[in-house]
Amino acid sequence: MSPEEPTAGAAATLSAYRRREESITLAPLHEPLPASAGADEASHELLTLNMGPHHPATHGVLRLLVTLQGEVVREIKPIIGYVHTGIEKTAEDKSYWKVIPVVERMDYLAYYFNSMAYIGAVETLLEVTVPARAQYLRVIHMELNRIMSHLVWLGTSALDLGAISMFWYCFRERETILDLFEYSSGQRMHTRYFQVGGVIEDIPAGWAQKLRRFIKLMPTRAEQYGDLLNRNEIVLQRLRGTCPLDAASLLALGVTGPLLRAAGTPWDLRKAAPYCRYEDFHFKIPVGTVGDNYDRYAVRLAEIHESVKIIEQALDGLPEGPHITEDRKVALPPRHELATSMEALIHHFKLVTEGFRVPPGEVYFPIESPRGELGCFVRSDGSSKPARVHMRDPSFVNLQAFSKMAEGSYLADLIATLAMLDPVLGGIDR
Amino acid sequence: MEIRRERLGGVPDGAGASGVSTGASGSGAGDAGADTESAGGESALGAGSAAAAIDGEALRVRRLNSRQLLRGGDLEGRTPPASMDGADLERYVQERVLTTTLEKAAAWARSNSFFPATFGLACCAIEMMSIVAARVDVARFGFEAFRASPRQADLLILSGRVSIKMAPVVRRIYDQMLEPKWAISMGACCSSMGVFNNYALVPSDKFMPVDVHVPGCPPRPEALMHGILKLRKMVQDDPDMGWRERYGAIGTEETLPSA
Amino acid sequence: MPDATGLELIAQELRETGHGVLDTLFFRDRASIVVDPADIRSALAHLRGRGYAFLASVHGVDYHPVEPRLGVLYELLDMTRVDRLTVKLRVASQAPEVESVTPDWPTANHQEREIYDMFGVVFRGHPDLRRILMPEDYEGHPQRRDFPIGGEPVIFTHNDLARNDPAAREGVRG
Repeated sequence: MSPEEPTAGAAATLSAYRRREESITLAPLHEPLPASAGADEASHELLTLNMGPHHPATHGVLRLLVTLQGEVVREIKPIIGYVHTGIEKTAEDKSYWKVIPVVERMDYLAYYFNSMAYIGAVETLLEVTVPARAQYLRVIHMELNRIMSHLVWLGTSALDLGAISMFWYCFRERETILDLFEYSSGQRMHTRYFQVGGVIEDIPAGWAQKLRRFIKLMPTRAEQYGDLLNRNEIVLQRLRGTCPLDAASLLALGVTGPLLRAAGTPWDLRKAAPYCRYEDFHFKIPVGTVGDNYDRYAVRLAEIHESVKIIEQALDGLPEGPHITEDRKVALPPRHELATSMEALIHHFKLVTEGFRVPPGEVYFPIESPRGELGCFVRSDGSSKPARVHMRDPSFVNLQAFSKMAEGSYLADLIATLAMLDPVLGGIDR
Repeated sequence: MEIRRERLGGVPDGAGASGVSTGASGSGAGDAGADTESAGGESALGAGSAAAAIDGEALRVRRLNSRQLLRGGDLEGRTPPASMDGADLERYVQERVLTTTLEKAAAWARSNSFFPATFGLACCAIEMMSIVAARVDVARFGFEAFRASPRQADLLILSGRVSIKMAPVVRRIYDQMLEPKWAISMGACCSSMGVFNNYALVPSDKFMPVDVHVPGCPPRPEALMHGILKLRKMVQDDPDMGWRERYGAIGTEETLPSA
Repeated sequence: MPDATGLELIAQELRETGHGVLDTLFFRDRASIVVDPADIRSALAHLRGRGYAFLASVHGVDYHPVEPRLGVLYELLDMTRVDRLTVKLRVASQAPEVESVTPDWPTANHQEREIYDMFGVVFRGHPDLRRILMPEDYEGHPQRRDFPIGGEPVIFTHNDLARNDPAAREGVRG
């Protein structure tokens, strides 16, 4: 490409910098690489880059070996294990009740879901019935956790894309939700509020009012986030049409959750195989069409609205009753009973020291976490400690789809896709 | 304290500025006020023409006194600085002007501008993000500039569990940071083993020097803020903390292999 | 879940098509089939033809001290009928080899690597069988029941050897 020769008349009117342009040759800076016989010419230009475990955009300690050809990603190899905590091994060492806080810390943005999956498996093995009030409270807390997880995802993903203010807005709502968690259980994160047989405590006075204020507030805020981002030119350029993956590939790779729903498959375990009284609530499942990054973003944003609806219905229909099962062999007796009843004292003692024994068996209990199908496999051998606890974490399986999604696109799209994938390394590495 | 008052020849004491100055000095040494005032008033009219012998120093004293008064300075019981001297003046100035040594100044600057490294490992990282958020605003203290590159950071907040695969990486990042550098071990998992006491984790004290441990699982954002402010106090009060000697960390700088 | 009768029918089909079915179990409304490790890949292919097209999870269990000790479980899901089925197999720890199902089910890639890492089960035909969670040069398979849990001892007064002897304290050097 050579610069156009200016005409004689035009040369007089050219400014100084235009005249300087003429001295620049736009020929390529180097000779084209000679094609050696039998070797792939493209392989000369491949660069393997390490996006190390310490990286601001990898959402945790994820290591990616990215092979680039220029700016185009050719191959991605994720290397994980940098926050492997041996949770499953630790769980084998503790009684069933004490496994709950250990297992909660796995996927650290969805702690209620981790405990729900594990407790659901143990309750299936024990065949205890959970009272209706406890189930509704569980649903409320799980949906609050879903909103909170999506808010953190939105804040950090927008941060990756450059929309830095979203971080503060999303964390402002997150603080409101964490206030509700602290109100009901005493802890902001990893609350161990769910117990085998129900929830540890009934909600205190004033919690319902605070939740109602939140229900009125959240849809407005979620709409505001949509208004900020949905038609933003940069968001559209970066997310629309980038890194799509069709539903068949996703299913072959075992991907579930918002990623699968963005590709058009309306699969949600809350609707397909309801657990914990989800069948009592009316809500929709947002589904995308193309399966690109923009659909993944839109599906999660819409899920926030649906979760608010579920919370409202659960709060309106919250039944009266006990908050945990009455079976004293599984759940602690209320404290006032310890002063009067000998059996209550003995039950309390046995539960706290040894824990309850679970009949031998193996159970896999899947639920719908914010990232997909979270399943807990518990094997019990009849003692008071589980013999095997395995969490089928959705992020661990979804990460396998990442290389297929991002191969062939630009490096910037890789960052956006990783953000839209919503990986939580605690769940990946366990 | 005696205030020297010089009656300027020929200038009537009753008039404007001099009246003000005598008023000020009169309040400073009140007992002698009445006599001289009346004495000044009497001779004012008499010596109007003899204005040759103006005492410059007295004029300066009056000027400074009046300025002091105009500034709303102390009218009762305190001596205006213009007429102080010696040790009193030094003490007076020391009360009002900051003097310091260079180390203290540098420690003050360093402690008020930590650049934390973005180093989130696990759940504690989410609470570390909360301190950047609006409720517990770390920007109030000047610490909002989280640097991604360890070369530009001076505070490593280890937030989360350090697994055995990650420990050499953490150590490498810590070595890449330039001195002076500090480390906060946030949460129970990196301070001790936390909830998980098993084969997969390493407590951070085993491989790097840590200045502040913040307990909690995860610690509340306010708790982490408390830990950071404790670190700030440590840095301010004791700038040369001798941390290298204390932890035996001589030789932790990264040396690149000579290619 | 297929009910108990449906489970027996599936097991019968598998036997008729030449797969070794060792056991069926219907427990807490969940159906599981124990197959011979040699037939796992074709059994899963057959079940895929029957509708169980989604492999939700592949995970390992250690049945120590009962031999054959190492188990691998495949959780299958039929999305159209919302049916779950577990396929189990057990291999002895002396010869822990199973054929990998990754060529048919790409989702098993990382999950089989994790079972190899944690239990030591070798998957023949896996494209990239190496440790995934532990460091590459780690020795031992942590999730086995006879692997010690490890960890640091809690220091109380009675075992705090370095209390009055700072030289004995294990600290940071260099």
